[in-house]
Amino acid sequence: MNLIEELTTNPGITDALPEAIVETLLMVSVSGLFTLLIGLPLGIFLYTSAPGGLRPMRITNHIVSDVIVNITRSIPFAILMISLIPLARVITGSSIGPLAACVSLTIGTVPFFARLVETALRDVSSGKIDAALVLGSTRMQIVSKVLVPEALPGLVAALTTTLVTLVGYSAMAGLTGGGGLGQLAYNYGFQRFDTTVMLVTIVLMVILVQAIQWIGDGMSRRVDHRSAGGAGRKARRHEPKAAVGL
Amino acid sequence: MITVTDLRKVYRQGDREVVALDGVSLQVPKGSIHGIVGHSGAGKSTLVRCLTLLDAPTSGSVSINGAELSSAHDADLRAARRRIGMIFQHANLMDSRTALANVAHPLEIVRSPKRQARAKAAELLKLVGLEGFENAYPAQLSGGQKQRVGIARALASDPDVLLCDEPTSALDPKTTDEILVLIKDLTRRLQLTVLVITHEMHVIKRICDSVSLLEGGKIVEHGPLRTVAADLGSKLSRTLLPLPAAEPLGSGVVLEVLFSGDTASAPVLSAAARKFDLDLNVLAGSVESLDNAQFGHLRIQLPEGADAGPVVGYLRDQGVSVSFAGSEAA
Repeated sequence: MNLIEELTTNPGITDALPEAIVETLLMVSVSGLFTLLIGLPLGIFLYTSAPGGLRPMRITNHIVSDVIVNITRSIPFAILMISLIPLARVITGSSIGPLAACVSLTIGTVPFFARLVETALRDVSSGKIDAALVLGSTRMQIVSKVLVPEALPGLVAALTTTLVTLVGYSAMAGLTGGGGLGQLAYNYGFQRFDTTVMLVTIVLMVILVQAIQWIGDGMSRRVDHRSAGGAGRKARRHEPKAAVGL
Repeated sequence: MITVTDLRKVYRQGDREVVALDGVSLQVPKGSIHGIVGHSGAGKSTLVRCLTLLDAPTSGSVSINGAELSSAHDADLRAARRRIGMIFQHANLMDSRTALANVAHPLEIVRSPKRQARAKAAELLKLVGLEGFENAYPAQLSGGQKQRVGIARALASDPDVLLCDEPTSALDPKTTDEILVLIKDLTRRLQLTVLVITHEMHVIKRICDSVSLLEGGKIVEHGPLRTVAADLGSKLSRTLLPLPAAEPLGSGVVLEVLFSGDTASAPVLSAAARKFDLDLNVLAGSVESLDNAQFGHLRIQLPEGADAGPVVGYLRDQGVSVSFAGSEAA
């Protein structure tokens, strides 16, 4: 069988694939955006409210921290996703489709991203914070003018890792009706034994992850002024340890 | 003018109480440089953190130009901190900011107009000798250059007081001297009140007008540099004018003599040798110029059997401090 012909005539590829790609990109970008919007402040809160932080809040920090650990560590994403279907229906008006999947994707990755943010912020030396305090900075100014800019290379790397994780999660969301490449691979590759679709899906996923990693690394290097060679010249990777439990 | 009154800081470690500062009081008049020396563990770092209220003191007060810091909160404390410029051992610059942006940082905090802030920052960089480095990132600067940026940043808020925490401890000797000259020069030009906390006696010798010795959380000796250096037998004098250990030759009496000011330039020792017809043996010596005054600290040995009494009497009459080695100043 001719491969080119197969690729151009197989309805799984000509009809379903473009839509699946759009759906995956939609899931990753929308839930990535919300993860950033919710996870960044949450990570900053985890950092500043920790004992010895800018504004220690022992009990609140403990509770938030525990909830996050429990969601990421003890509930497998597949289960979390199914259990959040009613919530998705309330928020998006539907229990299937990429937008509905975004609800559980966001809730599943926010704790993960918040932890990575916290770790990145911990890398900012306390001397810099002391210096900014002595300059008369408010807490908000410490966060906006010291913590976030100084941790930016780490934060970009954290977002990259999170987006890569989201690609994996979005494929799983496809199994419960979220659409996207995951659902395509399941419907055609598994249920119809269509190996071509399965392989094409895999290749596309690899390319997508590579592209995200490549762009993320580039951006992380661009904002990194910590080495003498100047930004972008010296290859450095700031990859926080990924603790992805699929 | 900095006034510190009976500052105490007690840390709790489980059931144990650790007294880091045990009633520190000191005063630095406007326009002068005061040094605080001490070994590690003496309480230097705690003192710095308490002076800037990065750590709250257990009791006591810190005031700058009469404004009380230790009872200030939030907005008042932030305003008070802006009156203090601080220099750190490792400069603590923001890596994400250029030299110019680092110097402009304190001005951003008080929301100065951007153009004005940049102009002032550029002017300060020029003042510390870093013209042309406006767009360099800290990683591209040497240790001394970083410290210069740190000094420029500390001056950006027009502080009355400059607090230097081990300003040269991470620098090589040549750079150390350059930075010290800069600090001294700026102090005179801008009429700053400067407090330098360090473990390096060299820093004290080079720039300080007065000095305090911190030991076990207490100031055990303090005074103008000339006074403490001239006090034979005091710990500060011993560290300012150190003598190497040297074995006495034979059994002659060993004396420690300290010349200060005018007596340092008069040939008192050879006069004594001629007067008593004695051969004096210099075992060890240290000669320094401190605060524009000459100091000499010598360990000398009289010949065996010579009577030390008249020699000591003569030297003292000439204004030289004398003590018998191994004993306290008599």
